[in-house]
Amino acid sequence: MEHTVVSASKFNAWFGDNHVVKDVSIGIEKNQVIAVMGPSGCGKTTFLRCINRMHELIPGATAKGSLKLYDDEVYTMNPIYVRYKIGMVFQRPNPFPNLSIYDNVVAGYKLNGLKMAKADMDNIVEKSLTSAALWKEVKDSLHKKGTFLSGGQQQRLCIARAIAMEPEVILFDEPTSALDPISTSSVEQLFHELKEKYTLIIVTHNMQQAARVSDKTAFFYLGELVEFDDTKQMFTAPADVRTQNYITGRFS
Amino acid sequence: MKNKRLDLSYSQMKWETIFRRILIFMSIVLVLIVIGILITLIMESMPSIKSLGIGYLWGKVWDPVSNIYGAYPFLIGTLLTSFIALIISIPFSYAVSIYLGEYNPKGWLSNLLKNTIELIAAVPSIIYGFWGLFVLVPIIRTFEAKIGVAPYGIGIFTSSLILAVMIIPYAASLGITLIRMVPSPLKEGAYALGATRFEVIRSVIMPFTRSGLFAGVLLSLGRALGETMAVTMLIGNTSTLAHTFKDLIFGPSNTMASVIANEFTEADHTVYLSALIELGLVLFFVTVVINLIGKRIITRFTNN
Ligand SMILES: Nc1ncnc2c1ncn2[C@@H]1O[C@H](COP(=O)(O)OP(=O)(O)OP(=O)(O)O)[C@@H](O)[C@H]1O
Ligand SMILES: [Mg+2]
Repeated sequence: MEHTVVSASKFNAWFGDNHVVKDVSIGIEKNQVIAVMGPSGCGKTTFLRCINRMHELIPGATAKGSLKLYDDEVYTMNPIYVRYKIGMVFQRPNPFPNLSIYDNVVAGYKLNGLKMAKADMDNIVEKSLTSAALWKEVKDSLHKKGTFLSGGQQQRLCIARAIAMEPEVILFDEPTSALDPISTSSVEQLFHELKEKYTLIIVTHNMQQAARVSDKTAFFYLGELVEFDDTKQMFTAPADVRTQNYITGRFS
Repeated sequence: MKNKRLDLSYSQMKWETIFRRILIFMSIVLVLIVIGILITLIMESMPSIKSLGIGYLWGKVWDPVSNIYGAYPFLIGTLLTSFIALIISIPFSYAVSIYLGEYNPKGWLSNLLKNTIELIAAVPSIIYGFWGLFVLVPIIRTFEAKIGVAPYGIGIFTSSLILAVMIIPYAASLGITLIRMVPSPLKEGAYALGATRFEVIRSVIMPFTRSGLFAGVLLSLGRALGETMAVTMLIGNTSTLAHTFKDLIFGPSNTMASVIANEFTEADHTVYLSALIELGLVLFFVTVVINLIGKRIITRFTNN
């Protein structure tokens, strides 16, 4: 399939001896929003962090199997390049506290020591903040510290920071679980706009959120990918009994 | 009807109060001892302060035989040894902090290294003095002959080298702790943008721990300023200031602590003895202030 951006086949991950992602095979298409759901501890975060090779940063964490970005095997690529192509937004907003809003947006470039003209940088900052629906709110305080912003604004700043690198895919791990309802809805709004350019993979515990924002949903259970289907289909007529139980609230 | 439980509560409260008073008393005793030391230092320094005045601090000559007392050579000796030691030790303590704090924070090797470094602080300083005399001095002597200064072997430079080793643990163990405290979401935020380990250290860990690492350096400095035994054995115990910078660095000298240790038993009249004690008073103030600043920074750092 030429539109497949990320594909895994028989992919496994461990923490030491603890086998937490088991034989996952999945194909994720371009410009879609994928929701990843499942009970706590079923390996959602772990799988997500395997996609941009953040998993291996944890001592004792290992992974095996095939995981591709387009036609390239992610685990034979340079991990730095992988993370440049596959951005990530975390559960708690984590702007760099020592940097201004402006510098936070271009942090990826600065960290990597990429030099560029001031005008180009200004351009990237404005574009990324606009895409993250934050430009209007912060354009007059670009040189204030990013940590002065509200939680929701900080999270959008982190999204802008990811967008600035122009990745193919952006991974979100429960991106709104630390936010209030209003900030949550502004971030959700954003997903609709972002999917025009990027492919989004979003871990969420919130079924309404998954229903609102995602095209397809992947349901994980005890480390296995139990079901992967159109969100509507999955929420109305799940094929697997475990999915059905989860959706109807039999699991946590 | 007698309420037994109420009576018991009262006696419980009484014990609680007594116990708390004991704790307070013990703590106050310690504070009093420090204040007592300070008062003794000030009182015993009075004869010297009265007869020599403030000029004592920058008097360039220390000649007990002629009854002339100037602290300047020792101030210079102390500051030079400490700062050279600091400059030599900083790269080591930073490297160790980063390695054991970030690269290798867990496991047996990490623990072994951390314990070894902390052991450096536990070795009695006289041992360092011996080691310096037997091993370091001959090496420095050869080195001095090569660069064309008088090959004493002992002096400020030699003392600084030993001091550098001795003070590494103070900055390093604090540094390791602080670097391990850097929140991992921050580091991961940088990794997720394609940063390398080095870039994360430079752009996330360093800015985050800068003030704390600086406080560690201050604690090291406080230790270096007051270190007596090893320095006394290695510094050469000369109270006249050398004229050239080279001779000053490589030749024999004296620090405040070393001159007190050396001459205290020989001081045979009041002003001489008092002048030595006044040196102790100055040293006391300087080290206390430096330690307070260091502790202050650490508290502020760990509260944030
Ligand atoms: N850093 C770690 N070290 C060791 N084991 C871990 C680590 N992180 C997670 N695990 C284990 O891996 C398993 C899967 O965890 P993971 O975080 O992927 O679950 P999750 O589906 O994201 O859960 P949640 O919904 O609570 O976020 C859990 O059993 C957990 O105990
Ligand atoms: Mg999780």
